[in-house]
Amino acid sequence: MAEETLTTAQSHGHGHGEHPPHLAHHFESPGQQFDACKFGMWIFLCTEVLMFSGLFCAYAVYRANHPEIFLYAHKYLDTNLGAINTAVLICSSFTMAWAVRAAQKGQQGLLIGLLALTLLGGFGFLGIKYIEYEHKFHKGLLPGAQYNPTVTPGDHGNGDKHAEMGDHELITSEHDAGNAHTAPPGAAPARHDEEPAVAPTGVKPTEQTGLEKTTLPQAAPPPAGRSMEHDHAHEHGMTGRPNNVHLFFGIYFAMTGLHGIHVLAGMAFIAWVLKRSIAGEFGPEYFTPVDLVGLYWHLVDLIWIFLFPLLYLIH
Amino acid sequence: MTTISSSYDPVPELAHGNNYLTHTRGVLSWLFTLDHKRIGVMYLVGILGSFFLGGVFAVLVRTELLFQGEQVLTDDQYNQMFTLHGAVMTFLVIIPGIPAALGNFVLPIMLGAKDVAFPRLNLASFYLWTLGAIFFLAVLASGGLDTGWTFYTPYSIETNTAVIGATAGAFILGFSSILTGMNFIVSIHQLRPPGMTWFKMPLFLWALYATAIIQVLATPVLAITLLLLIAERTFQVGIFDPKLGGDPVLYQHFFWFYSHPAVYIMILPAMGVISELVSVFSRKHIFGYRFIAYSSIAIALFGFLVWGHHMFTSGQSNMMNMIFSALTFSVSIPSAIKVFNWLATMYKGSISLATPMCYALIFIFLFGIGGLTGLFLTTLATDIQLHDTYFVVAHFHYVMMGGTMIAFFGALHYWWPKMTGRMYSEMWGRLAAFLVFVGFNTTFFPQFVAGSQGMPRRYADYKEMYAGYHFVSSIGSYIMAVAFVIMACYLLHSLFRGRKAPANPWGANTLEWHCSSPPPHQNFDEQPAVGDCYDYSGLEYDTATDSYVPKSRTAVTT
Repeated sequence: MAEETLTTAQSHGHGHGEHPPHLAHHFESPGQQFDACKFGMWIFLCTEVLMFSGLFCAYAVYRANHPEIFLYAHKYLDTNLGAINTAVLICSSFTMAWAVRAAQKGQQGLLIGLLALTLLGGFGFLGIKYIEYEHKFHKGLLPGAQYNPTVTPGDHGNGDKHAEMGDHELITSEHDAGNAHTAPPGAAPARHDEEPAVAPTGVKPTEQTGLEKTTLPQAAPPPAGRSMEHDHAHEHGMTGRPNNVHLFFGIYFAMTGLHGIHVLAGMAFIAWVLKRSIAGEFGPEYFTPVDLVGLYWHLVDLIWIFLFPLLYLIH
Repeated sequence: MTTISSSYDPVPELAHGNNYLTHTRGVLSWLFTLDHKRIGVMYLVGILGSFFLGGVFAVLVRTELLFQGEQVLTDDQYNQMFTLHGAVMTFLVIIPGIPAALGNFVLPIMLGAKDVAFPRLNLASFYLWTLGAIFFLAVLASGGLDTGWTFYTPYSIETNTAVIGATAGAFILGFSSILTGMNFIVSIHQLRPPGMTWFKMPLFLWALYATAIIQVLATPVLAITLLLLIAERTFQVGIFDPKLGGDPVLYQHFFWFYSHPAVYIMILPAMGVISELVSVFSRKHIFGYRFIAYSSIAIALFGFLVWGHHMFTSGQSNMMNMIFSALTFSVSIPSAIKVFNWLATMYKGSISLATPMCYALIFIFLFGIGGLTGLFLTTLATDIQLHDTYFVVAHFHYVMMGGTMIAFFGALHYWWPKMTGRMYSEMWGRLAAFLVFVGFNTTFFPQFVAGSQGMPRRYADYKEMYAGYHFVSSIGSYIMAVAFVIMACYLLHSLFRGRKAPANPWGANTLEWHCSSPPPHQNFDEQPAVGDCYDYSGLEYDTATDSYVPKSRTAVTT
């Protein structure tokens, strides 16, 4: 309230006579204001990209140091759901771009419809993401200490056996692909609990990942890396599973979780713009918020387009 | 000058008696203000309060180290005190100090604009800062923090202290910093009035621009790092936790990718301030304008490439160490360009030792020492010996405190008349500056010696051989504390009893001195003409008002 009165006081005190209704007092023209807002939005998007870049960087480091984890663990993800989500987001980006166009041309009905469709796309994406998350939560496919899988890779909870399972000798050679869809629940957790306190022989994830692996930029280990064939297979009588698979889920949940929060924020912005466009606030003279929200939504879409192949489509 | 400053001599400078302080009244008009000047003043109050808090922690730390054995703090309390000292001073004081408080106040006026580009975001940035500060206070109340301000893993995952509260606070402060940076970049790009070209901008604005670039590009990386650390503590994600196969050195990389550029967030605005002060108080055009402007940008860019020099002993490969070492050496080139240009500006200038200039000279001296000792730490062989010793502590205090905070106080004294409309006592001002200088060197110079002899940082106790250095150092910190108390007294005194400030007490020619003191709500009654802001030939001293007036106007005013 006080803010409102202040802004009006400012624009009155300014004394330049007639203002376009949306022009703030410190800008000379609507064009200057639009440019400033758009430039500011681009800078904000830069900060978003850099924020995600930290996660992409962590992804790159772990993928380079432990390719076997990524090869093994990505099969827990459902490529079909990921692909559908990618399509949903791209469609919603399209409707968003069209909505900006509609706002610029003053097509009120079209603008409202397209924004509603975009919002629907956001809900669709989050809905599918919820199905994926829920499956992982139930099956113990969680990051770090909570990792406690009760399924084998490739089992997405619906009994389908996905084509990509056969592509890799990695798992199928060692698991009985025919009937091991649900591994005995007791076996897997037992192995994990012992992992932090690995016997002093061989690879010790405890210390060595911290020191040695960053110290020496070793030549990339062979795809089915050392830790898989080593001690663990013998010690625990388990085969085929690399060490520290939970790291993949740490990165997966961090990246998709942060992205999901951004989708939520984007949907809130779209809802806000939708409300304002129902009130008829936008037209050819003033469409800045629609434009800026559009930019943000495209960024959210773009980040997912990188996340999808990086997490789901590993070969 | 001292005789005049003590006399009470109101100047009928304000044409209409309406300035930004009196424009509207009441607490709410401040809390909901969108005026960059008021937001700057609110920032200033908050930052000075935080400086006081951080200073109390520092004095406690030094008191504990006054003698061997336990004095006033237990070992755990000592860990918390130096951690909170570091965290409060870094995140709450030095990083926002010059840009958010003083920069907010003067940037639009220097530019000739009415406000920053996004006034609402500016206010939001201030409230985010406040929220972050509240988080830090809550940490203090809820058992403190003992990780050091760097939150290094794996200790930060294991300790029982309030890491989540502190990192959440730092995350929020980072947002505040990003919003300020965005605002400044857009303002400088979009709000320059006709005639204000890039190379007519005062160098302080170039420095703020370079700072803003770092704020916008580096802070998000800190944000994600702190989020991951919070996730690590809450959900045991494992990315930084060696127990779960994670990589704690990756945390250090992430942290320093922000926090090294962050030291340039701290020092660049300080350098911008010095560029202004040196020229104004030497009554001489700044030497090498373009070199100083470009060197700000160069420092900003180099700053992104040197983070690894914090990790020479963390187990990077030798190749990386050598690359980071070489890149770090190269940062000294743009820094030295600035110092030599300041010296060349003073050469044959008509130097007046007003309080702000005293701070500028102190800055150049201390920054010189701080910068040159940095070279010892950049050199791989000597760094192995000096890493994590008091040598490092002394080095970064010479740069952060002797550089940034000294420049902050120079800037505060320089713009104080413009912000408050009052003059402070020059005599007391210079005395406080002298005491700060003496106290600072007494505190930190012995630490170089102690550090080079092996005194490790962050230890609550020490061997007999270091006792002398620690004693002298603690005495120095008390001298500084006295100096700051004196400063607080005469500045507060000036608010109520100070002489009314004229529009241009120093004879500067940047645009903020073309409007009244304090400035009107809209900054300018009429749009000022943009000229060369370092050309002082158009100004002359007016004895009646003890200030500088345009030559053409002399006949009218007297």
